[in-house]
Amino acid sequence: MTEAILVPPEDPGKDLLLHAERVTKRFGGLVAVREVDLEIPRGSIVSLIGPNGAGKTTFFNVLAGILDPTAGRISFDGRVMIARPIRPWLEPLVWVGPAVVLALIGAILGNTGQTSVAEVLGLAAIAGLIVMLLLAIVRPLPYTRFLTRIGIFKSARPNDMVLAGVGRTFQNIRLFQNMTAMENVLVGMHTRLRSRMFDALFSTPRQATEEAAARQKATEYLNLVGLPGREEETARNLPYGDQRRLEVARALASEPQLLLLDEPTAGMNPRETAEMTELIGRLRRELNLTILLIEHDMRVVMGVSDRITVLDHGERIAEGHPEDVRRNPKVIEAYLGAPAE
Amino acid sequence: MIDSHLVATLTQQFFNALTLGAIYALVALGYTMVYGIIELINFAHGDVFMVGAFVALAFLSTIGFTRSISDPLQLILVLVGTFGVTMIVLGTIGVGIERFAYRPLRNAPRLAPLITAIGVSFILQNVVQAWQGPSPVPTPQLLSPQVRFGLFGADIAVLSIVILGITLALMIALQLFVGRTRLGRAMRSTAQDREAAQLMGVDINTTIAITFFLGSALAGAAGIVYGLYFGSIQFNLGFFSGLKAFTAAVLGGIGNTVGAALGGFIIGFIEVGAVQVGLSRWSEALVFAVLIIVLVFRPAGLLGQQLGERA
Amino acid sequence: MSAPARRRPGRDAIDRWTPAVRAFYEAHRSISIFVGTAVVGAILPIVVLIPPLSGFLPQTVWVDTFAGAGIFVLLALGLNVVVGLAGLLDLGYAAFFAIGAYAYALSASSFTNVHIPFWPMLLIGAFVAATFGVLLGAPTLRLRGDYLAIVTLGFGEIVPVVFTNSDELTNGTNGIAGVDRPTLPGIVFGSSDPWPFYIVILAIIALVLIFLYRLQNSRLGRAWMAIREDELAAASSGVNTVTTKLLAFALGASTAGFAGVFSAGRLVFVSPDQFGFTVSFTILAMLVLGGMGNMWGVALGAFTLFIVQSVFLKQLTNFVHPLGLPIISNIDFVQYQFLLYGIALVVMMLLRPEGFFPNVRRRRELHQAAPSEGSPEGIDAAGALQ
Repeated sequence: MTEAILVPPEDPGKDLLLHAERVTKRFGGLVAVREVDLEIPRGSIVSLIGPNGAGKTTFFNVLAGILDPTAGRISFDGRVMIARPIRPWLEPLVWVGPAVVLALIGAILGNTGQTSVAEVLGLAAIAGLIVMLLLAIVRPLPYTRFLTRIGIFKSARPNDMVLAGVGRTFQNIRLFQNMTAMENVLVGMHTRLRSRMFDALFSTPRQATEEAAARQKATEYLNLVGLPGREEETARNLPYGDQRRLEVARALASEPQLLLLDEPTAGMNPRETAEMTELIGRLRRELNLTILLIEHDMRVVMGVSDRITVLDHGERIAEGHPEDVRRNPKVIEAYLGAPAE
Repeated sequence: MIDSHLVATLTQQFFNALTLGAIYALVALGYTMVYGIIELINFAHGDVFMVGAFVALAFLSTIGFTRSISDPLQLILVLVGTFGVTMIVLGTIGVGIERFAYRPLRNAPRLAPLITAIGVSFILQNVVQAWQGPSPVPTPQLLSPQVRFGLFGADIAVLSIVILGITLALMIALQLFVGRTRLGRAMRSTAQDREAAQLMGVDINTTIAITFFLGSALAGAAGIVYGLYFGSIQFNLGFFSGLKAFTAAVLGGIGNTVGAALGGFIIGFIEVGAVQVGLSRWSEALVFAVLIIVLVFRPAGLLGQQLGERA
Repeated sequence: MSAPARRRPGRDAIDRWTPAVRAFYEAHRSISIFVGTAVVGAILPIVVLIPPLSGFLPQTVWVDTFAGAGIFVLLALGLNVVVGLAGLLDLGYAAFFAIGAYAYALSASSFTNVHIPFWPMLLIGAFVAATFGVLLGAPTLRLRGDYLAIVTLGFGEIVPVVFTNSDELTNGTNGIAGVDRPTLPGIVFGSSDPWPFYIVILAIIALVLIFLYRLQNSRLGRAWMAIREDELAAASSGVNTVTTKLLAFALGASTAGFAGVFSAGRLVFVSPDQFGFTVSFTILAMLVLGGMGNMWGVALGAFTLFIVQSVFLKQLTNFVHPLGLPIISNIDFVQYQFLLYGIALVVMMLLRPEGFFPNVRRRRELHQAAPSEGSPEGIDAAGALQ
């Protein structure tokens, strides 16, 4: 019994990579994001703009899986990933269910005298409980799918979104400061590396080849974003502009389909801004990326976007082509205030 | 037909729980105030409580009062003196610990002050152990627990009532201080947003020092109370009691002083309840279980309070 | 922005060769570790034949002490995974040590009349401990550093209490005696001969070191570092913080499990008071003093602290006592070792938090201590994430 909200929306020919419908996020009394729709066609560059406090970063965080929405839903690549959790309280019943059932059967059998079978069932009940708890903790995809089928929905977490193909950067740079550039990018590759603990422990050939290939690839990403030869530098020591590039490289390493860039040119001088703008364009061209951008710098927004969505006070007040949005009176009013008289 | 024996037992245990809870509440207040202001769990706080008990013992031995006092006036004077001296001494010790062990690490990664606090805890325990030996030490019970009155068929020690009175008075005094005075305001604002408070002219170092002073003084008071009630103290008293008091602070909502008091009493009741139903060997495990359940299911505690945003 | 190159022939030579040496070591790390451990293991019993060390204890007792130190080296290495690599402050680590020991005692003693051999029990005990590592770690996953520490401390207390109070199962405070010793064809693991135990613990340590180094330089090791640096950024880079943290707990616990099984087989006796908070604290002290995050540093710290604790403190007392100095001669250093540890911990944290044998990276981290910024996204009252 999958809820209606979990059935992905129809997509007549628009080929949307991301489809956010009526996303709302409330913090106690404050509505940070109210009924925001957003459509991102595959291969496009969309900018999200608006005055400070408009709810852009909150929306981003919902999109990235850091916050659960209060209402609405977000589908990515045809699958509903993010929505308000449905019946999460039911999950504990799923955990203890099998164990309780086994224990009950064991008790009944025990009463009818078959004590050895009862004991086995008792142990099985405990084992079952442990298995279910481990499943609950690890949350592999089949388990989440099963939960959805029986009517329990848990919204995607950040690493689920990365696995699905969404990468992001942060407004305030969040690199791994004491790790090298190479290591930062390698962590970005986490979801795409197939070697597991076993391979590491026993130094299997797969581990060796994959590590070598990963380092090679990381070098390529660093070259791509304009940081050639900087692999062994500690992130903390990089100049500001390079740190931002490194964050992009790290996000790219997860081979995303959709890249979320939160104010990528914040704090940059005009030359760096131009370079970043050029990089964004290049990413779409060379890597076939779809990009969602939060930006304040209008030159970047106008120069690179296919479409623009404008938020103000948590609501969407305009959406469309850059030229149309620029002339939209509501947008002008939001940024500059109502005209005198 | 209500079993009068049951009523008597319940009443008895009720007062036991209240008394125990009062002790935990006093200690919990220190944990919660310190956490609220610098987001550090002061591991050594439980041992400060223990030191308080021993300092009171030393004071009483020095002024020569080592047995119960029957003259009410004299009793009050001695108590006031003991509380006054002990609380000031402990407050100073608390400030000293903060100044030398925690302040230099205020900006270090979280691990550092935590480890230091553990170190301080061990230092306190071992110093006291060196001073007074590892065995339990008897303490003067100034107000004899034998002085009792009857209530619902139970025998309640007047001592319990006195302790409750003292504890409530201290808690109310704290609330008034924090709520009404300039220094109290400084404490609250620093807890909410340290940078903003600093920009408003609040001297952070002094404010934190005062917080430690008050918290440690209260722990000292709790130590005196413990000695008065139980009649025997030991160098490792702080460890378990400290953890239970910490659970109380978390249960009530860390950072919230009313919550800490409430949590203290609840833990007191849980512990006495456990003993009553025959699970006394498991009472520690039970309290820890409470801690874990609270932290997993409702980390903000009962009277949960929004803290600063630092991750 | 590079400084102009200067002519420094000597340095140039070293700089040219160091990568080669390091490359050799890294290419053949496992062998290097194995050989290194063997060399150290061979030297130690010889060194103690030199005075004054030879005067403190006879060689057999020294070797026995080394075997005991080896247990703590293992424990410290395991805790290093949890605290040093993943950044999870676990104060109840002795619980896993206890679980390993009791697992063996219950499976191989006259108390239960079950007699599973030692060698498979090493693996089984480690596995059981790892399972508990996951179970006890799970509730802590969403907790921040301080709370995590307290909860693990709680677990560290509950486990021995459970063992103490479960008389029928575990013989309560009396402990379980008559635990089986290990057996190997031709070799006797007797109570008077420490050499077999010494060699076994050396082998275990070498193996664990090899495994841990491999993990540290793998996808998992990087994930641990990332979580330690910035958990939110790690999750947003695709790291499943839940499984990664649990693996840290599991691997750390399994190492303690090894140590527990070995300890039980060596002492042929287990009891709850072998596993109290002082043990957890001692191991933590070893990490702090040795240098968190750096495996050799930690091993060295553990070894040094153990030897100081078991041998040198007593020697110091014996030495100072007859000197008749005012206060110092009356101190029994052994009794107040925890006071010394406490002081050492505080002093280390204030002056040299990266330990005596630090990891370069760690020293960087701890001395340039700007806390990572980052907007308060989705962080609730108790600082728990999401």
